[in-house]
Amino acid sequence: MPHSKFKEKINNYFIGVSDAASFVGLFFKQVFSVPFHFREIINQCYVVGLKSLPLISLTGFITGMVFTKQSRPSLETFGATSWLPSLMSIAIVRALGSLVTALICSGKIGSSIGAELGSMRVTEQIDAMEVSAINPYKYLVISRVLATTITIPVLGLYCSFIALIGSFVNVTMYESTSFIGFFEYGFASITFLDVFTSVTKSVFFGFTIGMVGCYKGYNAANGTQGVGKAANQAVVLSMFLVFIEEIVIVQVSNWIRLY
Amino acid sequence: MQETNQHITHKNEAVISIRGLYKSFGTLDVLKGIDLDVFKGENVAVLGRSGTGKSVLIKILAGLLKPDKGNVTVLGKDVSTLKEKELDALRLKIGFSFQNSALYDSMNVGQNLAFPLQMNFKNLSKKEIDTAVAEVLDAVGLKNKINEMPADLSGGQRKRIGIARTLILKPEIMLYDEPTSGLDPVTCIEINELIKEVQKKYKTSSIIITHDLTCAKATGDRVAMLLDGKFFKVGSFDEVFDTDNKLVQSFFNYNFIK
Ligand SMILES: Nc1ncnc2c1ncn2[C@@H]1O[C@H](COP(=O)(O)OP(=O)(O)OP(=O)(O)O)[C@@H](O)[C@H]1O
Ligand SMILES: [Mg+2]
Repeated sequence: MPHSKFKEKINNYFIGVSDAASFVGLFFKQVFSVPFHFREIINQCYVVGLKSLPLISLTGFITGMVFTKQSRPSLETFGATSWLPSLMSIAIVRALGSLVTALICSGKIGSSIGAELGSMRVTEQIDAMEVSAINPYKYLVISRVLATTITIPVLGLYCSFIALIGSFVNVTMYESTSFIGFFEYGFASITFLDVFTSVTKSVFFGFTIGMVGCYKGYNAANGTQGVGKAANQAVVLSMFLVFIEEIVIVQVSNWIRLY
Repeated sequence: MQETNQHITHKNEAVISIRGLYKSFGTLDVLKGIDLDVFKGENVAVLGRSGTGKSVLIKILAGLLKPDKGNVTVLGKDVSTLKEKELDALRLKIGFSFQNSALYDSMNVGQNLAFPLQMNFKNLSKKEIDTAVAEVLDAVGLKNKINEMPADLSGGQRKRIGIARTLILKPEIMLYDEPTSGLDPVTCIEINELIKEVQKKYKTSSIIITHDLTCAKATGDRVAMLLDGKFFKVGSFDEVFDTDNKLVQSFFNYNFIK
């Protein structure tokens, strides 16, 4: 009966949500308890950083440059191109840097975590850890989630910086500005709250990307299909959540700004 | 713990004792009332067709799956009611050799073997770990493979490394899930020899899951035939296969091409 099928779907949805919630809950339960796998955390930070650095450098630079180029005509009509450094700094630091980083890492890091843990699940490597009295959640999930939570904010700041350089390159092609002058002018229009919000956002993005990748991989269904599906779903879901978080955090920071 | 069973003539203590074990997945009833004792120092071969729940059975023994009903006692501990810490302590005494070896892809052979030691005994020195790794590699006869990646090993070599990885924790109980499946007959015999060597050298009691009668005959002190979620018979190889049961006979005939 279609009615009971619908009921089953709703049921499965809520089972899924509660599964995910307890998966996340386990993180906060176990993250502060021994043993700490420091070496694995550092190792994962290294992997996350190294994997996404080239792409973030390139995308950041191009985003900064293109954004500046496209904004120029509309400012020119008011003869206000001298505002470009501050306009770009605000756009990049407040939104673009962390968002571009999060989207790239969703694709690059989220999928690789999903595929890696997925294949470990499917080939029983996770079970193998469990039967040798190693807590696989702690060793695999916590180290990866901590790594993304630490590394992605750093990458976000780095991306903002590279984007500003991209922006400077475009500005300096049309107007005579010095590197220092550009940054001094740009930074003058950025407040502490801007940077703080941006880093906070990145922390949430990082946590989300790591968590979603791990959740999808850790619970991958059997078979090689399960691995591909885990990787794919990790990307889709973490991108979706990144946008939601972006909207919510921007709202909250705007309220704070008012006071 | 000192549970002895009258109708089996072993005077030893049972290290594994299963009573009335049931397990189903959704509507699929896999295990329907399993009883089994494994005595100290003996190898029990569990035979059965694909999908009869052999892997499920030993996964329950290692606490990877929870039974629906019944008692599962391993080394005197009821596996299904243990707390996490106690379960981990018990797991250190159980070696689990996976059907597909389950080697850690991202680590080389040496790291695979060292990993369980490093994670469980933080105060071991590098030298002690290296010695232990060399010892188990020697025991499985693959000393020269220490720096290779699992992907570069053959199926038989992977099985050996998988067994070595469990031996490094000096288990009292070994659970082998299809140790010879997918291997050529000669390699099968080598693995059978290895299982018997392990039994002698490490003084283990084992369950060997298999659908290969040669392996069961060679390695099992007793044989248990799993049919439709229950043990058809537990006893010596000849006792189990001296029967009129068509299903058991077909299993036997197929394996030995009579
Ligand atoms: N985690 C699980 N969830 C749902 N069903 C499962 C699960 N594990 C096993 N099953 C089902 O239980 C049955 C028995 O599986 P099991 O892996 O124990 O078979 P097996 O006897 O080991 O077979 P093989 O010789 O092919 O390894 C199968 O039908 C399988 O689909
Ligand atoms: Mg199996």
